[in-house]
Amino acid sequence: MAHSPTAIDPVPRPQGFPLTRISLLGALEEADPARSRNAWDELLRAYWQPIRRYICRRWHESPEAAEDLTQSFLARAIERQTFAAFDPRQARFRTFLRLCLDRDLANVREAAARQKRGGGETHLTLDAPAIASHPVLRTAIDDDPEELFHREWLRAIFETAMERLRASASLSGREVRFALFERYELGRSSTGGPGERPTYDELALEFAIPRTQVTNHLAWARQELRRLVLEELRRHTASPAEFRDEARRALGVEVT
Amino acid sequence: MSPLFISDAELDRLRRSAAEPDLAGSRYELRGQLGRGGMATVYRAWDAVLDREVALKVLDLPEADPALAARLLREARVLAQLEHPGIVPVHDAGELPDGRAYCAMKRVEGSRLDDAARELTRTERLRLFLRICDAVAFAHSRGILHRDLKPENVMVGSFGEVLVLDWGLARIVADLPAPVPGNARDELEERNERELTRHGAVLGTPAYMPPEQSSGVVSAVDQRSDVFALGGILQFLLTDAPPSAGAEVRIDGSKALAAACSKARALSPDERYPSARELAGDIERFLDGRPLTAYRESLFERGARLFERYQTATLLVLAYLFVRTLLLLFARQ
Repeated sequence: MAHSPTAIDPVPRPQGFPLTRISLLGALEEADPARSRNAWDELLRAYWQPIRRYICRRWHESPEAAEDLTQSFLARAIERQTFAAFDPRQARFRTFLRLCLDRDLANVREAAARQKRGGGETHLTLDAPAIASHPVLRTAIDDDPEELFHREWLRAIFETAMERLRASASLSGREVRFALFERYELGRSSTGGPGERPTYDELALEFAIPRTQVTNHLAWARQELRRLVLEELRRHTASPAEFRDEARRALGVEVT
Repeated sequence: MSPLFISDAELDRLRRSAAEPDLAGSRYELRGQLGRGGMATVYRAWDAVLDREVALKVLDLPEADPALAARLLREARVLAQLEHPGIVPVHDAGELPDGRAYCAMKRVEGSRLDDAARELTRTERLRLFLRICDAVAFAHSRGILHRDLKPENVMVGSFGEVLVLDWGLARIVADLPAPVPGNARDELEERNERELTRHGAVLGTPAYMPPEQSSGVVSAVDQRSDVFALGGILQFLLTDAPPSAGAEVRIDGSKALAAACSKARALSPDERYPSARELAGDIERFLDGRPLTAYRESLFERGARLFERYQTATLLVLAYLFVRTLLLLFARQ
């Protein structure tokens, strides 16, 4: 096995080749450690945050406990080669992963309960504070595990796309475009604090640019974000049909 | 730089934003979303040149099949041929800076027929129906079939005006003036049919679709196919429920209207009203208290209808006869 459980980090982004979900799952068991490592990094990058947040919301764990549980779940998945059992004809990988996760967490809780009753094994702490401590508020979708995991997965996709947009804007000297977009769409000020959504005129004043340029900058950012989100979706889906379906669900758009 | 965290509300906003069309450099400013179709979204937009609000229909993505753009442009051209108060007018069409095809139409204030009908009496509903028939008959007179008539595609304005929308599946069956002349029109139509089929687009809506359309025999579709859909709309207006295929039409209190619906929705086109005008004619006759071509009434029904039509006159005559009788009786005593 390429990693010990404690060696897992939620690596931001591997520099390797782009992988589709299926080729990635195949690469997990590669003999070549570099390729296997790349595949794991890619998988963790895509699913670490969705898993962690899902555990917070669905299993009502604190962020710290969720972090530990994410790590231990993935470590066990590596050890037991859990993902080798995935069959793309049966379900989406996301659904398969969520079912594995739910089963694993149920086992962990059962073991913890046994220990409380006098068992001998040592496990991660499961004394969970209320979900209120988590920044994401509980909503109706929290009752639908599939929907909840999809939303967390989508959040990770958009976060990655926004990070990439920020990086590409920075590399091409277009930081102001990203800052303007972030200010308008996320209502965030340059210091990162929350705020009201400004008007185009307010943005023009704040960034000292003409109003027409505000429109152009926002149009550029939207187009780039759309491109990057679709790119991420393409990376994280196993087939063109699944990609089309995810694009429809995520953006409400039809793609070919 | 700290890692980005996106809240639920921000995620929803970014999802909408990433799908929004790029209107930079165009005369339009986005004001909101009005609705979504299969391949396009309709936005509320401001036309900065003419200072008015418009409905902007924009294809979902430039990456989508170019044939869809051709289809949207075709819809705009079809609408441009149909200047009628009952058909939504098109103002402009083209391509946005991000490559998406768009079509700017009149922004219709009002509600969909299925919503608007809830507030109306039967007579008001029938009068609305006549206006729909009028718009469809006009399109037929210009050689254009709608092919997707249903309550959702009819808007009722705040002053009772009726607008037939969504001509995306329209079929041109007669020669039209430029820019689609002669053979080019046939070629365009054939290509359009092929594209529609290839995309698996629903050529109409099952409950309102005639058998010749659902079986995909394009050449068999004519104005009687729209008559079938109009019959479905009529049935919906009279029963508050979408029509179901093959089921006997039952309408409370009027066998004549049930017969009109049945005739419009006959499975064989030859048994239907030959045109939207003829269907409208029967509904006008009903409203005027005259016999319908679709229904042979019994003697009793005829009497009841005549009584209802000439109610005042009949009552006056009866009252006169009653008084005369009384006077005669008093005179004998």
